[in-house]
Amino acid sequence: VSAPLDPLDEHSGTTRRRFLTYLVAGPTLVVAAGYALGEGTANAVVPTPPQLADSLDLGDVLILAAKDTESKLIVIEVSAAGKVTCALPRAEVGQGITTAVAMIIAEEMDVPLDVVTVTLADARPELMSGQLTGGSNSIRSVYTPTRNAAAAAKSRLTAAGAKKMGVPASSVRMVDGVVTAADGRTATIGELSALAADPNLVVGKAALKDPATFKLVGTPHNRKDARAMVTGALKYTNDLEPRPGCARAMVRRPPTIKGTAPVIHNLAAVQKMPGIRKIVIIQTGVAVLADTFGQALDGKEALEVTWGPGSVDHESNATILAKLKASQLPLTVPAIGTVIDAEFDFAPVSHAAMETNTAIADVKAGGGTVWSSMKSPIEAGAEIEKELGLPTGSMTMHVTQGGGSFGRRLFYDGALEAARISHAAGVPVKLMWTRIDDMRHGRTRGSSAHQIRAVYQGQNVLSFEHRVAAVENDLTHGLGDAITAAAAQSQGLPIGNMGYSQTVFTTTVKSPYNFGLTTQLLNEVNMDLNTASWRSVYSAPTRGAEEIVVDELAKAMGKDPLAFRREFLADARYLTVLNKVAALGKWGKAMPTGTAQGLAFHAEYKSCTACLVELDARDRKNPRVTRATIVGDYGRAINPRGLESQLLGGLTDAIATVFKAGLHIVDGLPLEGSYSQFHFPRQKSIPPKVEIFIMPPTTGEPGGAGELGLPAAVGAICNAWARATGLKPRSFPLIFPVDFTPFTKNSGSTRVQPR
Amino acid sequence: VPKYSFMLNGKQVHVDAPADLSVLWTLRDKLGVTGPKYGCGINVCKACTSHLDGKAFNPCVTNLRDVAGKEVTTIEGLAKGDKLHPVQEAWLEQDVAQCGYCQPGQIMAAVALLKRIPNPTDADIDTIDNVCRCGSYFRIREAIKSAAAKMAQPVALPPKKPTPIQPAEGSLPATGLDTGMAVTGATAVAAAAIVRYLREDAAAEEI
Repeated sequence: VSAPLDPLDEHSGTTRRRFLTYLVAGPTLVVAAGYALGEGTANAVVPTPPQLADSLDLGDVLILAAKDTESKLIVIEVSAAGKVTCALPRAEVGQGITTAVAMIIAEEMDVPLDVVTVTLADARPELMSGQLTGGSNSIRSVYTPTRNAAAAAKSRLTAAGAKKMGVPASSVRMVDGVVTAADGRTATIGELSALAADPNLVVGKAALKDPATFKLVGTPHNRKDARAMVTGALKYTNDLEPRPGCARAMVRRPPTIKGTAPVIHNLAAVQKMPGIRKIVIIQTGVAVLADTFGQALDGKEALEVTWGPGSVDHESNATILAKLKASQLPLTVPAIGTVIDAEFDFAPVSHAAMETNTAIADVKAGGGTVWSSMKSPIEAGAEIEKELGLPTGSMTMHVTQGGGSFGRRLFYDGALEAARISHAAGVPVKLMWTRIDDMRHGRTRGSSAHQIRAVYQGQNVLSFEHRVAAVENDLTHGLGDAITAAAAQSQGLPIGNMGYSQTVFTTTVKSPYNFGLTTQLLNEVNMDLNTASWRSVYSAPTRGAEEIVVDELAKAMGKDPLAFRREFLADARYLTVLNKVAALGKWGKAMPTGTAQGLAFHAEYKSCTACLVELDARDRKNPRVTRATIVGDYGRAINPRGLESQLLGGLTDAIATVFKAGLHIVDGLPLEGSYSQFHFPRQKSIPPKVEIFIMPPTTGEPGGAGELGLPAAVGAICNAWARATGLKPRSFPLIFPVDFTPFTKNSGSTRVQPR
Repeated sequence: VPKYSFMLNGKQVHVDAPADLSVLWTLRDKLGVTGPKYGCGINVCKACTSHLDGKAFNPCVTNLRDVAGKEVTTIEGLAKGDKLHPVQEAWLEQDVAQCGYCQPGQIMAAVALLKRIPNPTDADIDTIDNVCRCGSYFRIREAIKSAAAKMAQPVALPPKKPTPIQPAEGSLPATGLDTGMAVTGATAVAAAAIVRYLREDAAAEEI
């Protein structure tokens, strides 16, 4: 929608809230709506430190930060053909949010699901902090604004129908996209869209449906974009051709992370190679532009380049870990009484999304256009404008469907790099990173070191303390300031001086147990590595490690892991989920020697989950989870089918990061360069039996979904490993040899590939 | 520049490109066929999996000259018009895809597996080495089993005693065959056609 949204009228809605409705003047109905400011998604909260995340979590903070623009967030358009469309200001990278949002619209508008199409909005700078995809927050943040807009659209269509038929608005009803009068006359939403767009139309009260009457929301639906995916018709960035025949660009990168100042020795020779169009130096390396990516790769391989030093040339996994351990914050409770002390460490992990950093850019002196999968597109555009000295607002940022993210696309490295290349070369370019570059020079979940101390006496746990030291996680993707500002400004928060990371840690990590004095503290060490939030951010290692200690506490206190958790879980809702997974997964059944069950629980973002796995560890080099049972409570599930997918993904990520997937950083560069070396699971490492159960509505409000599954699955798998092998899982990934010949460091690529 | 020709999704195509340009970039950058995806370029992620003369192959490590005169089928050539291949249908039923990027390759690998092994065991399915970074593996497994069942049906249930159809008088030409024989024959031909559709590469049939 290019036309500005103008506030039209403010009319009374339900007794509790007032709608603020926006219309775009035009031939068809284009409507946005929110509650009048001061009301809406996030209600006032009174946090109770130190377990801040119980009452105010990161999702709440993100919603608070975007509060001022919430009423314009969701724009719904109804065409004369009866099609309902919404350009969602979020990134779709596999979460299924476009399907879930279509379901919310269809439900609230009372139109058939198949007339609703949800696309991805371009960057909308007027949304300020309101266009960030992260923190498991998409559905949480758009649920109410989407319902408001849909309800406003429905009330206008209903009023239009009544006017057209000359009857009172109260006497017509809208079902399945058709407005019907008492005498049986009907009008479709397509027939009514123009009339409904009339600013002078008198519209009655708009009210949200009673969720108890939902027919669509809460029932399982398959993805609306699935057919395009299985036929190859769905277009990812690299499949688009908005500038036909534009140059394909690849970048020759340094031999170590953040290596500097390239000097090219054979420029003329490479420029003469087949298909090569241009070669330009940018901040991150040497860009080679060619007719095809195959030829660009050939060119970049053939370059002879010398480089300046990188940022971590003398660092390796071991030296990084030593620095983390040296900076660990002290525990509060001394080791007196009956104590369980445990230390854990996690190696760095690549996001390894299937689609590498990819972007198309056409940038000239006066501005330009970028196509890329971006989770913070407003910031991306602003950064490009700033760096290249372009007029403010001169960049159009198209958000394309992404081939996975897992946190990676919070940063717009590909978009920025493509813009730099296009600007420098003076031509439109399509940029793609090679897999090797993506793994070695891309971002990672940095290493972390953990110290946990639990003190117990008799039948009681007296204290549970956790100290995390981690490589600084880059959170500067446009919302860093807003996160901290909103968190600090919201009432009563004692975190005004905290950095972004501390805020994110404090608002995501919490213990779900009654363990007496509970403290969880983060200390980050700046290593100048390339990092970005990785699915579950701090929770996967932090809560995963804690669930291991929970099992060890249970054992020390002579209790069964399930019985122990039943006794100490702090919330009745948690207990229901735990009991459900134990029943479905048949906890306690006899298992052969070398195999075992494992159990764990996790709560965050107002959702909770329990995971129960069976593990076959008879082959210690190739353990396999043979069965998994997972229960998820999301408060209110929008699309249970999609939530099952998210839990399945979390399970796979847990199998990966517990057993074999990690990066060996050696002298400033990861050795791993492809999926043959970074051991992300394949079909043969995945359980052939998986059962997932999504709870019916509990709290009534949707909780976070994308990241929930991972920490509990990490805990369950580790606990099964400990029970099957008698070994204590401490250093991750557990099976981590350098079982491959690394690609050459200097080329940053490989000759295995044909030209 | 040499000129190469091959069959692509049932149509003859001609490409002016170096002999050693990989088929992946030939398809994507020269011919605009973007179903096969880049994920690694060295045949380990297998996101580009397609078929060469009916068998799974990886365009990222195959040179253009090596497909000259042969027949390449990508995900775009698997369905017959709007009629999806049973494996694609199974993928929809099981709601397999998350980001969807690897799924064209996963589907082409599954079709190739089912061609070799119509009723695969879990161990057979484990041999598919395609990466799905979203971790949809379990649903892929379920979809392959579902597709195998669909595709097996015409074979598992041959027409033993076809239900006699009572034709309206005079509606059958006088062929000398009795009605029962005619119906049996027609059913068998139809069954064979279905089996052939399901078993053979979609593009292979069109040639």
